[in-house]
Amino acid sequence: MYKKYFAFPYVFWILCGTIIPIGMIFYYGFTDRSGMFTTANVLAILEPVHRKALGMSLLLSLISTLICLLTAFPLALILKGSRLGRKGFMVFIFVLPMWMNFLLRTMAWQVILEKGGIFNTMLSYLHLPQFQLINTPAAIVLGMVYDFLPFMVLPIYNVLMKIDGNIIEAAYDLGAGRGKVFSSVVLPLSVPGIVSGVTMVFVPSLTTFVISNILGGGKIYLIGNIIEQEFTTSANWNLGSGLSLVMMLFIVISMAILRVLDSKGEGNFI
Amino acid sequence: MRALKSVYLTIIMLFLYLPILTLMIFSFNGSKSMFKWTGFSFRWYGEMFEDEKMLSAIVNTFSIAAISSLIATVLGTMACIGIMAMAKRGENIIMGLNNITLLNADIVTGISLMLGFIAFGFYLNMGTVLLAHITFSVPYVILSVMPKFKQLGPSSYEAALDLGASPFYAFRKVVLPELRPGIAAGFLLAFTMSVDDFVVTHFTRGAGINTISTLIYSQVKVGIRPTLFALSSIIFVTALVVLLVVNFISDRSAAEEEFFYEITQS
Repeated sequence: MYKKYFAFPYVFWILCGTIIPIGMIFYYGFTDRSGMFTTANVLAILEPVHRKALGMSLLLSLISTLICLLTAFPLALILKGSRLGRKGFMVFIFVLPMWMNFLLRTMAWQVILEKGGIFNTMLSYLHLPQFQLINTPAAIVLGMVYDFLPFMVLPIYNVLMKIDGNIIEAAYDLGAGRGKVFSSVVLPLSVPGIVSGVTMVFVPSLTTFVISNILGGGKIYLIGNIIEQEFTTSANWNLGSGLSLVMMLFIVISMAILRVLDSKGEGNFI
Repeated sequence: MRALKSVYLTIIMLFLYLPILTLMIFSFNGSKSMFKWTGFSFRWYGEMFEDEKMLSAIVNTFSIAAISSLIATVLGTMACIGIMAMAKRGENIIMGLNNITLLNADIVTGISLMLGFIAFGFYLNMGTVLLAHITFSVPYVILSVMPKFKQLGPSSYEAALDLGASPFYAFRKVVLPELRPGIAAGFLLAFTMSVDDFVVTHFTRGAGINTISTLIYSQVKVGIRPTLFALSSIIFVTALVVLLVVNFISDRSAAEEEFFYEITQS
């Protein structure tokens, strides 16, 4: 039954749908409009506008990844130990929002945070000072955390569930306290899940243009926004490709870290 | 400690669900205002079903998802059969390439496919969106089906052949039933990814073709209408029902399997 030629259609598909298209990004990235070789598109990242956008992307995605991690780890721990109903059901509740269209979820925050929106109306009811969150970097971070939190919860939860309860008991028997068990047993064993969660949040946050567009009001430029504009409104594909190559470098670096820390693929999302 | 845990769970639950709930509540608002409650009405649901653009976006979204995930499932399952026949090196190469698509940022997948289509001389239209969705869906299918193949191994299939089954019959009767949960999971995953996708569609669609996601994006830019709230509520409730049903079915089949296992053991 196992014949190699069954894989040929997919190999062909990978060639046409992944390798050649990514090759096209390299081609456009290293040529100018007349098709001559140039490094100008890649080096354009050093221009102040682009540098600022990349810096902002890195900053916001690091912050949102950190917030997700600090929120998701305790959550996963609680879910692991929870006796609330069926375990599967509790996890289900925390990942259900993921199945809602992510533009709608982001839009929801725009509606809530808008000038004179529900958020500010509630603040004024409580006699608190008005607070303009929309169109600020903080709003973008909020959107990233909201959209990508389940991506952090799932892998960490999966890894925690795989930890053998006997190991934890053995640690207690050998005289370790709660803190020691956590720092020497649970935390090291959950590294694959943490690493996988971090990449699953970091990469989409770094490359997003949707969240920054909806919650940043088109005033805050992330590297994703710049690239998207080069491909749609400005129609400078060469520059867009060059900048994408720089962005891809950061994706590749985070993938490489993932590979080293989670060599067995234990923290797999699915 | 217990109370603290419950408080923590509640806070996160509110954080996750309040925004969705807000949309759902305001979808029943009588006026166009997003802040003031002016009475209960189904007005926006009515308008939604009269909005030609929205209806065609809904039809597009689900037909693209259905066709692309079906093709992706066939392609992915076939790829798994092929990979099983390969030496370790071949497997590693294909799985590595598989991971590139899987882990790549959406925007990179989107622009690379757009440049690829143009290089091949395709006009961007509904067909390119479909091809793009198949491309990013297959890796999910392989990821769900491959472990099932690994679990199964070649021996039961070979046993069926030894007992006189034709290769096709043996595949249908022996191999396929074992793969079914993996194939179903892969299909479902591919379907969800396709329905939820915005970025890849954004770059590979032709002018005038909208899916739910691209329609929302264009409306968010020019001003949100409450018909979108109605759409959100419908999508959320549908997702909830589908997932509950899937959960229920998979629970039951797991219970059945255990039951049969018990019988065969005794």
